Amino acid sequence: MTSVTMTVNGKSVTRDVEPNTLLVQFIRENLRLTGTHVGCDTSQCGACTVHVNGDSVKSCTMLAVQAEGADVTTIEGLANGDELHPMQEAFKENHGLQCGFCTPGMIMSAVDLVKRNPNPSEDTIRHELEGNICRCTGYHNIVKSVKSAAEKMGG
Amino acid sequence: MSAVENGIGASVTRKEDQRFITGNGNYLDDINKAGQAYGHFLRSPYAHAKIKNIDLTAARAAPGVIDIFVGADMAADEVGGLICGWGISSKDGSPHVAPPHPCLAMGSVKHVGDQVAFVVAESVQEAKDAAELIEVDYEELPSVTDVRKAGVAGAAQVHDEAPGNQCYDWEIGDKEAVDAAFANAHHVTKMDLINNRLAPNPMEPRAALGEYDRGTGEYTLYTTSQNPHVARLILSAFVNIAPEHKLRVIAPDVGGGFGSKIFVYAEETTTIWASKKVGRPIKWTADRSEAFMTDAHGRDHATHAEMAFDADGHILGFRVATKANMGAYLSTFASAVPTYLYATLLNGQYKMPCIYAEVQALFTNTTPVDAYRGAGRPEATYVVERMMERAARDMNMDPTDLRMKNFIAPDAYPYETPVIMTYDSGDYPQTLNLAKNMISYDGFQARKAESASRGKLRGIGSAAYIEACGIAPSAAVGSLGAGVGLWESAEVRFNPTGSVTVFTGSHSHGQGHETTFAQLIADKLGVPFDNVEVVHGDTTKVPFGMGTYGSRSLAVGGSAIVKAADKIVEKAKKIAAHLMEASADDIEHAHGVFSVAGTDKQLTIGEIAFAAYVPHNYPEDLEPGLAENAFYDPLNFTFPAGTHIAEVEIDPATGVVEVVDWAAADDFGNVINPMIVEGQVHGGVAQGIGQALLEGVVYDDDSGQLLTGSYMDYCMPRADDLPNFKVEATNTPCPSNPLGVKGCGEAGAIAAPAALMNAITDALGKEIDMPATPEKVWRAAQSA
Ligand code: FES
Ligand code: FES
Repeated sequence: MTSVTMTVNGKSVTRDVEPNTLLVQFIRENLRLTGTHVGCDTSQCGACTVHVNGDSVKSCTMLAVQAEGADVTTIEGLANGDELHPMQEAFKENHGLQCGFCTPGMIMSAVDLVKRNPNPSEDTIRHELEGNICRCTGYHNIVKSVKSAAEKMGG
Repeated sequence: MSAVENGIGASVTRKEDQRFITGNGNYLDDINKAGQAYGHFLRSPYAHAKIKNIDLTAARAAPGVIDIFVGADMAADEVGGLICGWGISSKDGSPHVAPPHPCLAMGSVKHVGDQVAFVVAESVQEAKDAAELIEVDYEELPSVTDVRKAGVAGAAQVHDEAPGNQCYDWEIGDKEAVDAAFANAHHVTKMDLINNRLAPNPMEPRAALGEYDRGTGEYTLYTTSQNPHVARLILSAFVNIAPEHKLRVIAPDVGGGFGSKIFVYAEETTTIWASKKVGRPIKWTADRSEAFMTDAHGRDHATHAEMAFDADGHILGFRVATKANMGAYLSTFASAVPTYLYATLLNGQYKMPCIYAEVQALFTNTTPVDAYRGAGRPEATYVVERMMERAARDMNMDPTDLRMKNFIAPDAYPYETPVIMTYDSGDYPQTLNLAKNMISYDGFQARKAESASRGKLRGIGSAAYIEACGIAPSAAVGSLGAGVGLWESAEVRFNPTGSVTVFTGSHSHGQGHETTFAQLIADKLGVPFDNVEVVHGDTTKVPFGMGTYGSRSLAVGGSAIVKAADKIVEKAKKIAAHLMEASADDIEHAHGVFSVAGTDKQLTIGEIAFAAYVPHNYPEDLEPGLAENAFYDPLNFTFPAGTHIAEVEIDPATGVVEVVDWAAADDFGNVINPMIVEGQVHGGVAQGIGQALLEGVVYDDDSGQLLTGSYMDYCMPRADDLPNFKVEATNTPCPSNPLGVKGCGEAGAIAAPAALMNAITDALGKEIDMPATPEKVWRAAQSA
């Protein structure tokens, strides 16, 4: 066991973990923040996407101990209290989700995408979301959601 | 526009989204129980092998191990094997062959990933580590995975019980009539078609959490199921886990299903059984690689088809012979998929005087094959629509003209096909014309020329699909071999303050029932949308229901809700009559307002609900309370139909197919929530495009190893593989259910593969099999 400390959704957390604990396991099992999902075992699906120091990261590709001292945001920390993030709002308004399983990762990726491309074209959105698999929506409404959120976020 | 806010026809945003967009969904792996242990399956590394010995000594001594179970342990408890719930008879009248399907192997393994042992430990990691210490002495046996080879003399035998690997050899239609039609044909089109094997891949992997309560003797199984009551029934009545009243099955938020979560699998069965053995809750969650090996696959047909035409291009007869891969064992509804869900739709949208279809189902050393989005109907549409397009080319006609010439006329309903279906409504010329307009069909030649000027190959292709949904009338499916009825249940329960809880036997795993069903109540009973809660997925809370598959939730489950709402109205009228001192016959009702005809006296449903629960002034002969149950058994299947047209551009230098445009014109009957319906079409089309361009389960022909066992090898459609979709609807209301709805969940997956492959054929001028990978397309383009 090793001790690991990081800031998650604005709160400092310290836990003892096995050194091979993945960041996603740490988030789901140690912190019981279950909004971050696991959809694959080959780092392909993006269901586990969170922000580490402001950048989107597949949390299954990283050990918890590698996030020592980092500032981590999960889907649970995206809204400002009861006020949804514009990206969350846009997914709801544009029916950008069906079963919801890919959604937290998709939203976290999309927030990062818009941060880097404030005014993304449809092509950019499709290309940038290539690391997040959704089996339900056919992406049509996800692309629409991201576009609309980007506009609202003032891009 | 709907008459009431958020009522029928309104694109209401979804109730369920709030929890999903904030990370507060409650999927199975999110649930933990106090004292929970973790299960892990040791799986066969071989496609086919005899198990000579299993040595658990080292594994049992490994850290954290609580217990390890093998097939003999389950057999000793008389916990039976898994069943197939639909009986199919062969041509000679003999029943299909259903070899034993143990949850844990009994002396042999039949496909890569077959369960050998179940390790229960304090953590997932410890369970996995211990499983590696299990010593299994295998004797590898020859295997067969290709359905075209399984029935050939000398092929490896999967089961002793199934000589020649045959599960059944079934037929439908009139062979003599078809032979006669071909004898008189002016033109015959022939094709050999492969419908590639697919892995369903809902993004949430399957999982189970079993718990046994020693105090009450009750089991609780949390499972990623589309139909928890059916799971309970099978686990009780056939698998012998516990009597139904002692088994609670909960399907919480489920992250997609597409059919693969209909079935009762070995994993949840073993998990719930073992929870009593170890006296602790046990959780098992599939890795994606386990999902590839064990989630029931879809499709996998090899078909030879022949269609006969007269000199004017009218269809005279249709002859189809299909080999269907069942995999290593018969999954829960596997037998029905290539028969009653497939061959009965080979009539397509056309006037076909006669059809004869033979289906041989074969066992192979592969993952079991069962219903996957569309289930049989995509396979049927693929055969019919590839044939129509090919025939048109053979006869030098425009494919849409050939279709138009052969369509069933819009005034010909009810229309009986030669393969036992009675189509109830439709307007096929209308959807075809709409799709053509949407994609500017007439401008295609100019676009093709423009592409050619850039060295690109452009193609256009259509598919006019039909499906039978809203499954299904119980008596009809019973006569065809189903082991269950296919009605649905509902309860509409008013609370004293006027809000409503709806209990449904349908299950939502992405379809948005919590929203659509609330719209029904808002519309029918005038209750504000936000005051309606929809409960599903827990056998203890909701009445016995059949679950969600076959685009049945609204047509069957929604109809049950409407029936219950009608009963509410009936009772409310009596209460209203009493309160307003009028005769019940004089009470008029619209959207939750009850008025006395010809007066301005009126009461709202909320006031009536309150009176029903606080019956101080109440009809003497009436029971208090306002809650009604209904069961709805459909009168017929529903027949959604439409035309999808795909346009592609191929780069002959790379073989990459770009889907440049997509027009979907669908007739789903009445639509409750257009936004949700469009979303269903998008998702279905995406899966259909996936099948045609990218996806395909591949086994090594020699070793039977699964070569596409992860997202590294199995190509899932991603955002940049797909276009935006043009989606429009027409409406011929379904006459056989009170809502006039037909179902929309599968349409896209049914239409898309044929449309896309027709477009690719058009571009290349030659035929290739799915998936049209860049390599295949490039080769075809080079030799063009
Ligand atoms: S779980 Fe991390 S990419 Fe799939
Ligand atoms: S909404 Fe189901 S996987 Fe994306």
